[in-house]
Formats: sequence, structure tokens, C-alpha cells
Amino acid sequence: MTREEVNKTMDEVFQDVFDDEGIHVTESTTAKDIADWDSMMHVTLCVAIERKFGIKFNMDQVNTMKNVGEMMDIVLSQVS
Amino acid sequence: MRELEYPFDAGFIVTQKKKIKRRLLEQIKDTHSSCIPTRVAVLGGGTTTDVKDCIELFLLHCGIEPVFYESEYNRYYQDAVFSNDELDSFHPDFVYICTSNHNITEYPAITDSSEYIDGLVSNEISKFTAIWDALFQRFHCVIIQNNFDMPYLRPLGNREAWDIHGGVHFLSRINMAFAEYAQTHEGLYICDLNWISSDYGLKEWADPYFWYMYKYAMALEAIPYLSYNVANIIKSLLGKNMKAIVTDLDNTLWGGVIGDDGVENISLGSEGSKDQAYQAFQRYLKRLQTQGILLNIDSKNDYENALAGLEHPDSILKKDDFIDIRANWDPKDTNFLEIAKTLNLLPESMVFIDDNPAERHIVREQIPGAKVPELTEISYFAATVDRSGFFEVTNFSADDLDRNIMYQDNAKRARFEKTFSDYGEYLLSLEMKAKIRPFESLYLARIAQLTNKSNQFNLTTRRYTREEIEIVSEDPQYITLYGKLEDRFGDNGVVSVLIAHCGDDKCQVDLWLMSCRVLKRDMECAMMDALVSECKKRKIGEIIGFYYPTKKNGMVRLFYEERGFTKIEEDENGNTVWKLEINESVEKQNKYIEIV
Repeated sequence: MTREEVNKTMDEVFQDVFDDEGIHVTESTTAKDIADWDSMMHVTLCVAIERKFGIKFNMDQVNTMKNVGEMMDIVLSQVS
Repeated sequence: MRELEYPFDAGFIVTQKKKIKRRLLEQIKDTHSSCIPTRVAVLGGGTTTDVKDCIELFLLHCGIEPVFYESEYNRYYQDAVFSNDELDSFHPDFVYICTSNHNITEYPAITDSSEYIDGLVSNEISKFTAIWDALFQRFHCVIIQNNFDMPYLRPLGNREAWDIHGGVHFLSRINMAFAEYAQTHEGLYICDLNWISSDYGLKEWADPYFWYMYKYAMALEAIPYLSYNVANIIKSLLGKNMKAIVTDLDNTLWGGVIGDDGVENISLGSEGSKDQAYQAFQRYLKRLQTQGILLNIDSKNDYENALAGLEHPDSILKKDDFIDIRANWDPKDTNFLEIAKTLNLLPESMVFIDDNPAERHIVREQIPGAKVPELTEISYFAATVDRSGFFEVTNFSADDLDRNIMYQDNAKRARFEKTFSDYGEYLLSLEMKAKIRPFESLYLARIAQLTNKSNQFNLTTRRYTREEIEIVSEDPQYITLYGKLEDRFGDNGVVSVLIAHCGDDKCQVDLWLMSCRVLKRDMECAMMDALVSECKKRKIGEIIGFYYPTKKNGMVRLFYEERGFTKIEEDENGNTVWKLEINESVEKQNKYIEIV
């Protein structure tokens, strides 16, 4: 999977979770950029990403990820 | 919405809850469905956000529109026991206490004495009893309480199960004490977290990652199973359970096609593996039938062949176990609707069971709201029906035990009716006796249940909780009447309910409903007479009646006109107001029922 493909799939996950087809995420997107992205939706979002890519985040990763770019780093390190 | 029917994809539900909720609300709006509003307080011993959100989805899915109060994290005890303005003014109908084994105050240590451990158990019980008693006293609400999931770790290994120091043994004792409280206190219902978590798989359910990260007592993807069970309890208490099963025969109650293979060659019994699976499914349906679920047949077969199968020596289900048997070559959806008509039930309160995907499709498409579980292989038919939550039993009454008898009596009445040429003569020969009285405590639960599940013969479709029923029954401003009808074929139980409030020389009828099982029996006339006589006793000059149309109550649109009322108002939505002056010329209307 290329980084572009991951980004595109990431868009779908965000659109599904936040029920907003207008959402497009970039490397620098953070929780501040999406109105409903609070701490509870973050839990949902992480599980949705895990389901979509068939991966599993560990506690450190979830606690330290700062933006969508870092999420994509973790995804890319786990998918072949 | 298929996504919310068992077997569902829990991960999909919990991650796309926002989208699902929007669609449900759109669907409710588009179909102009009327929802039952209800107030649910969720008091949690951990994070409950998604638990609450998923309860909302499952309730909306079955026509219940909840509003929520949610306690702050781990404030369940304080919220319940001490006064809290927000919760007090919320005034819940249901309080759901969502606790888990993380909320146990102290587990036994390996060195603790037996007396000390007894003390630990009784401390836990007192804590929860204090919660329940305080809630009952403040809100007269229904309480739904999780019991405890088994521990994730077993330091004593299998010894945990029987040693008094073991966590498994300790939690099992507390669960048993919870059950005893529920057995003796009406209004407390246990949500069986212990079973739900083991059914899911405790190892995945109790994934500690979610507790450490978010204080979720179970994995995020497990939450919909918990919420689903809570919603099923609420749904059942609000009268939204399914009432009947309509089942196919060939390859559903037995293996093979009886018309082609002959009765001697169908698969059923205790010999072959599939024979046993079919018999086990029959045994499961028989069990549901003894719990008050009405069984019916919808099969493409000649009638004689259908009966031959039921006479098979290994058939658990016999002809008399079914109320309506439709074995013919009509489309299944047509038969399904005919059965609904015979039973006087709404098609959406019946479950269709058929191994054939094409038949399931046609019923699902033709009859919106009919429940059609997706079935795979006979070994799993019972499990699918069982986990679909159609028949969650909350209040089990004598009425449920007798329901099949009542419906069989109805079938006898129908046959009896055919022997009369004059309908009045038939009614007289039924030797009906009615008891019509103000509400009595014995029947409050049944009355509340009727207000929530009667849709067709219901003038205003106002729903009442048990508590509201109790309040009006004690208020002298209100006239309350229940009607119970008996005849030569049996007792129909409480079948009609009327609530009216009085003031300014007027009596306004807030609620008037009747169970469809006694339609066209003159019972509505008997209720009318009782209302008029009560008004005369109170020296009230006029009765005001209201009709609010819904999708289901068209049969009573002109009910007040038939009773002699005059229409005084009508708005653009078809809501009508009716008036009857009470004077000497108002005559008794009931001709056929003896009032006792």
C-alpha cells in the first residue's frame, strides 16, 4: 500500500465515523480541525482504523499520535 | 434497518453509529412512524458513552425514542444514593446501572477467613441494595442492573471456581444474591453481563487495553451486544415484544419435502444427525409456545401432507400446538397477512421462519416491519431465533401461560359462530360476563402493558408507564375503568381500559382502548355504559371524546359517532373532538353482556 492509498482509505474512515462526506484529511490534520473529534470519538476512530486496515494500535501509539500523518506512519509500518 | 438485526456486525455499528442514527431518524420521519418516548438514566461504573449511544440505536430501531441522562465516570453510587438536581429533574423511567467486576470494592485475599469473606459479600450486596432502594423511592422507575462478568485472570486456576477465596466463586455468590433480590422485587431486572460476556468470549470481551486506555469495561466492538440486551429489556417492558411465529414446514420443522419424499422419509427424530437437529429446533419452538408465543404454519404444501408431518411419531409439535395452519399454494406473504388477521395481531409483531431465502425475501419486501431472521443451517436456527431478542421475557404473567389457550378458545368461538345465522343470537349464546371497575392494584401492570401495545382499537394512543397508571388510579379527579370479559369458552382477561379526567362539569376521555381479541362483542358498549353511569353518579353534564388518527387506528375513526356523540371540532390532520350530553335520553348500549 502506498502512502497515497492509505490517505485515500483514511478519508473513507473519517467520512464514515463522522458521517460527513465532505471530510478530507491530510498529513497535518488534527482533532482541532474536525468539530466532532473529541476524546470519545478518538476511541471510535482508532478502532475504525484498526478494522479498516486490519492492524492494532498499542497504547503508546494511541497516546502519542499527534496528527493524521503519524496515524498513517503506524498504518504503513503494519500493513504490507 | 438490517444492520441492527441479529446477527449484526458490532464493529460496524459502534464505529458508524453517527451515520446509523441519522438514517434511523430519517426513516422515522419518512414513514411518519409514531415512536414511544422514554427517559433512560445510565449510571456507570466505567465509561458508558458508546453503551448509551448503541442503546439509542437499538431502541430507535424498534420504535422507541429515548432521551438520556448519563452519570459522570464512576459516579453511579453517588448519583443513585444522594440527591442530584440534574437527575432529579430528569425523572427517569428507566435507570440502567452499568457496572462490572472492576467496580467490586474488595476481593478476598488468600489469607481471609470465611467470616471475613461473608462480610465482603454482604458489603457488596448492601452497597447495591442501597442504590436500588434509593432509586425506587425517588423515581418509582424500572431498574436494569448488570450482574458481574467473570474475572479475566484466575490466579488460583480452576480452584477459583470452588474456593471461597477465588474471584470466580466470589462473583458467582454476588450474582446469586442479585438474582434473589430480583426475584423478590418487582421493577428490578438483571442484565446478564455474565452470560453476555461469556457468549461473546470473555478473553476478547474483557480486553484490558480498553479499561486502561478509556475505562471501558469491555472491548469497544463488544459494546453493541451489551446495549442490545439492555434495549431488549426496555423494549419488552414497553410492550414491543413479538407475539407470534409463522413457520414453514419442509426443511424447517423437518428435513426433506414431505409431498415428494413421503412422511416416512422426512428427516426428524433421534437417529441421524440432521434428524436430531430438526427435532431440537421443534423442541425450542415448543418451549417458546409454553411461554405464550403463538405458533402458526405458512407452508407450500397440500393440507393433508402438512398434517401427516405433524402426526409423525417424532414430531414434538402437534396439530393442536398451532393456532392457524395455512398449508396451501398461495404466496407466503398472503398467508402471513391472513394469519395476522386471524390472530388480530399486527403483521409487524410476528416472526417469519423459513429456510428458503426467496420466501424470506418476499415476506421482508411485501410486509414492512415483519421480522424475518436470516437463517443458515438447521443446527443454528434455534440460536438465531434465540439471540434475536424477539421474545425477551420481563414480566411473565398468568396471561402469558394461558395465551395459547385463549387463542384456541377464539378459534372455537369462530367455529361456533358459523352455526348461527344471526350474529346477535351468537353473541347471546356466548354467555358473556364482564367485570368493569376502577383500576385495581392487581391489574396495574397489565393495564400499563395494554396502553403500550394496543394500536388498533385505541382512540388517542396515549402511552402510560405503570407509575402513571398508579397515579391516575389514586386521583379522585380521574375516572378509570378496566374491563375484563369472560364467556362460555374461557376468560379473556383485562381487555379494555379507559381513563378520563373531570372538571367544569365535563368528563374528558384521555384514553380508551380495547384489545382486538374481543372485537365485535359489544364490550365497547358495556364500557360506554359504565362511563355514563359513573358520570351520572358524579353529576357531570357532558363527555368529551378525542380521536387522534395514527397509521394503525383507522378502525375507530367514527367510534364516537357510533356511540352517539356529535363532532364539534376537526383540524387539518384529522384530529377530531366529540361531545355527548348526558341526560335521560342516553340509553344503555350493551345488549349482550351480563355485568357482574
